[in-house]
Amino acid sequence: MSEQPKETFVQTFKRNYLGGSFLSDVVTMLLAFVWAFILGAILMVVASPDIMAKAKYLFANPGDFFGAAWDKITTAYEALATGAFGSMSALGVTTAQAAPLIAAGLGVALCFRVGLFNIGGQGQAIWGCTFAAWVGFGLHLNAVIHVPLALLAGVAGGAAWGGIAGFLRAKFGANEVIVTIMLNYVASSLLAYLLLHQLGRPDRTDPIAPLVDRSAMLPSIPGTRFHLGFLIVLAAGVLVWWLLDHTKLGFQVRAVGGNSNAAATAGMSVPFTLTMTMVIGGALCGLAGSLLVITPNALGEPDALTPLLVGSIGFDAITVALLGRSKPLGTVLAGLLFGAMKAGALRMQGAAQTPGELASVIQAFIVMFVAAPALVRTITPFLATRRKAKAAKPVASVADSTDVPAIAEVSAA
Amino acid sequence: MVYPTETATAEPVDSGLSLRGMTTRFGALVANDSINLDIVPGRIHCLLGENGAGKSTLMNVLYGLLKADEGAVYIDGVEQHFRDSRDAIDAGIGMVHQHFMLIDVFTVAENIVLGREPGKFGLLNTGSARQQVRELSERYHLDVNPDAVVEDLPVGVQQRVESLKALCNDAKYLIFDEPTAVLTPQETDELMGIMRALRDEGHAIVFITHKLHEVRAVADDITVIRRGRVVGQATQDMTEAELAEMMVGRSVSLRVDKDPAVPGEVRLEVEGLRVSDPTGAVVVNGVSFEVCSGEILCVAGVQGNGQTELASALLGLIPILGGTVKLGGKDTTKANTRTTLQSGMGYVPEDRQKDGMISELTIAENLVLDQIDEYASFGRLDLGGLGRNAEALVSEFDVRTPSVDLPASSLSGGNQQKLVLARELSRPLQVLVASQPTRGVDVGAIEFLHKRIVAERDKGTAVLIVSTELDEVENLADRIAVMYRGKVVGIVPPSTPRDVIGLMMAGTPYPEACASCGVAVDEEVTV
Repeated sequence: MSEQPKETFVQTFKRNYLGGSFLSDVVTMLLAFVWAFILGAILMVVASPDIMAKAKYLFANPGDFFGAAWDKITTAYEALATGAFGSMSALGVTTAQAAPLIAAGLGVALCFRVGLFNIGGQGQAIWGCTFAAWVGFGLHLNAVIHVPLALLAGVAGGAAWGGIAGFLRAKFGANEVIVTIMLNYVASSLLAYLLLHQLGRPDRTDPIAPLVDRSAMLPSIPGTRFHLGFLIVLAAGVLVWWLLDHTKLGFQVRAVGGNSNAAATAGMSVPFTLTMTMVIGGALCGLAGSLLVITPNALGEPDALTPLLVGSIGFDAITVALLGRSKPLGTVLAGLLFGAMKAGALRMQGAAQTPGELASVIQAFIVMFVAAPALVRTITPFLATRRKAKAAKPVASVADSTDVPAIAEVSAA
Repeated sequence: MVYPTETATAEPVDSGLSLRGMTTRFGALVANDSINLDIVPGRIHCLLGENGAGKSTLMNVLYGLLKADEGAVYIDGVEQHFRDSRDAIDAGIGMVHQHFMLIDVFTVAENIVLGREPGKFGLLNTGSARQQVRELSERYHLDVNPDAVVEDLPVGVQQRVESLKALCNDAKYLIFDEPTAVLTPQETDELMGIMRALRDEGHAIVFITHKLHEVRAVADDITVIRRGRVVGQATQDMTEAELAEMMVGRSVSLRVDKDPAVPGEVRLEVEGLRVSDPTGAVVVNGVSFEVCSGEILCVAGVQGNGQTELASALLGLIPILGGTVKLGGKDTTKANTRTTLQSGMGYVPEDRQKDGMISELTIAENLVLDQIDEYASFGRLDLGGLGRNAEALVSEFDVRTPSVDLPASSLSGGNQQKLVLARELSRPLQVLVASQPTRGVDVGAIEFLHKRIVAERDKGTAVLIVSTELDEVENLADRIAVMYRGKVVGIVPPSTPRDVIGLMMAGTPYPEACASCGVAVDEEVTV
């Protein structure tokens, strides 16, 4: 019988949230953002010919340069923030931009958890928007049926496309990175073909599909861009969380992702788990694609299906999932962040004449710094001195050696 | 019992390596606590302690891989300051790691010159590298082929490469960290010979281990560490039981008290089993045996004679070429893993990290890995039931952890093995198959695991143990099946002399082995 004391609730809470490691991680993540914005500020100054002209006589009249630089930076970031959160309508744009990113991010994150790299978000989203669009303009039904049917069609399309890669990986060991990337090409080529020959508008020769019927569009708050799709993806986030932590399939996903050998030895079917996960991941990316065609754009109209509508959502989804550490809550928050940046970027471009790509660059910096906390700690002055004191931390993981001391011995000692 | 006290005085030794007051902390955990140690050239110094005692941490500090919080290292009376392992190597300290630091796809020569590659202007001079290896090989009598690719070499030879790597940096102080964990008995003897030869040449050897018989075989000095502190010095004339008591802190029985077996009906029937490995070679070549309820059959043999594949094939992890397996009367030859498990087979895999548990998942989740259906209804998990099950098992099997919701990686090796066994024994079993059940496990936990296995046998379960440790086989077996090159050489009683079993492990059939050893043949043995 064991006589060691069991951990109390307070001790568990302290260990999980107030332990040095958690706080330090949060601080490091916040600093990652700070550094990304600092680098972005430097970039926008350097990219502006007016301000760089003032740098030429920096030593004669530094106030000019620094004044202009400061002006530009504050105008730009103020515009970014206002464009993202500054008003109800800004928030609407943020949620509208975030919704597809959250959905696709969840799709990629779920696959990461099982150990698969789903690079096929592009292709899965393409089938999502294609099927949803086709149901949207090809059928004419009552809204009560039309909307769910369009969504379902998109989800099914993405699920099937993801399932192909999952099946090939499960049955034949085909590397899912290669298969999903190739399937992306197939999907985008098929879409171009369909738009030119089957689904295109009769009055135009360029590849563009008709707009979906009003009855197929997701309900939204008039005058804003808040739409039901945002709530749907939030529900999807809850669903993914519930799946992972509360269902047998989720248990198998985490087991196979953690150690597929041990999962197989325990009798789990690794092929089944891999395939199901790609199907669900594909379904989520398909949902993302559907949202692109059945939600209102800035003019209140649905966007038409074109080869470029999907944009780079499949790849953005990967960065969202990475930033969110493949956890459901993290992915939702990361998707919101990226949606906010997209929403603010337009305004920033207009108000401060910064290049449109700057927002993407800052996003990239954020992901880079979040992915390399050690880098952040090194370049941040006050964290660097703490790093020296922590030099007793081993270079290799302590858990590698069989000498990992049982934690109970700490409380006993 | 009064232990001999530390002989390390306050002053560091004039000639040799001294550690004074070494203290290293990881957060609240004190891994090393004011450790004093003297390592003198020309002697083999054994560092003895359980898993988790702090031996590897101490050596990592010495080798510059970790920074101690307090304490100093002296070489020949002069205090040293190591910023990284480079400094330690320059000071003459070499380390042969427990988990080899070799690059599998490189040749021996490339591995040995790693970090000091000979050559000009960025061009690698391979001829010079191979020459260096040949010279070192001869000088230290460590035979290796410089052009062999490391991943093709047997583990014992890989270790020689590790040793050469340390020696080629002119190491005066050689640290061997648990080197025998991966070696066969013969390879272990060879290694001990190498250590003695190096000692006689004037090197100082530090030998970290938790295996008592090795310590008694080769040590000149013995320091026992427990929970980060030096317990005392031991001497070679102490018995294994006394050494074990010093290591663990209480008296440990090294032999299991076992009632005679009362075998019942046949539970596991293997007939003409043939299994091949991934390259296609037949590694189990017509093996037949039976295990009855209430008895323990041990499969003994040197690693690599088909035992690993035998165990995997019984569970359905690898396909069976020929023959049959019957579990409780039911033919499971073609059954998949899940069906076999559900038919009542418990399975403790040889490599718990790779096949037995999932480090990221919690202890509670690992405890139901192969029984998840019991805790799921309509796909929904019963988390409360999972937790209660975990609490009960952790308590029953004395798994040391403050919480069952911690990841399984937080457990020490012995506790991880207890977790795997606890899981398998927590459901009704016809047969328990356990492969190397105490590999990498310390003395205290071994005692517990052996007791539990015998208790399971007494409950009526048929137990099949595959083990390369003869001590364990003798301790547990009611019958011993010796395997060599994929065949069962013979099935003998545990009273059979060790020498006879040793010869059988090398392929000699039972009657000849008995004749060689001058022992009477046991008429009851059917080969």
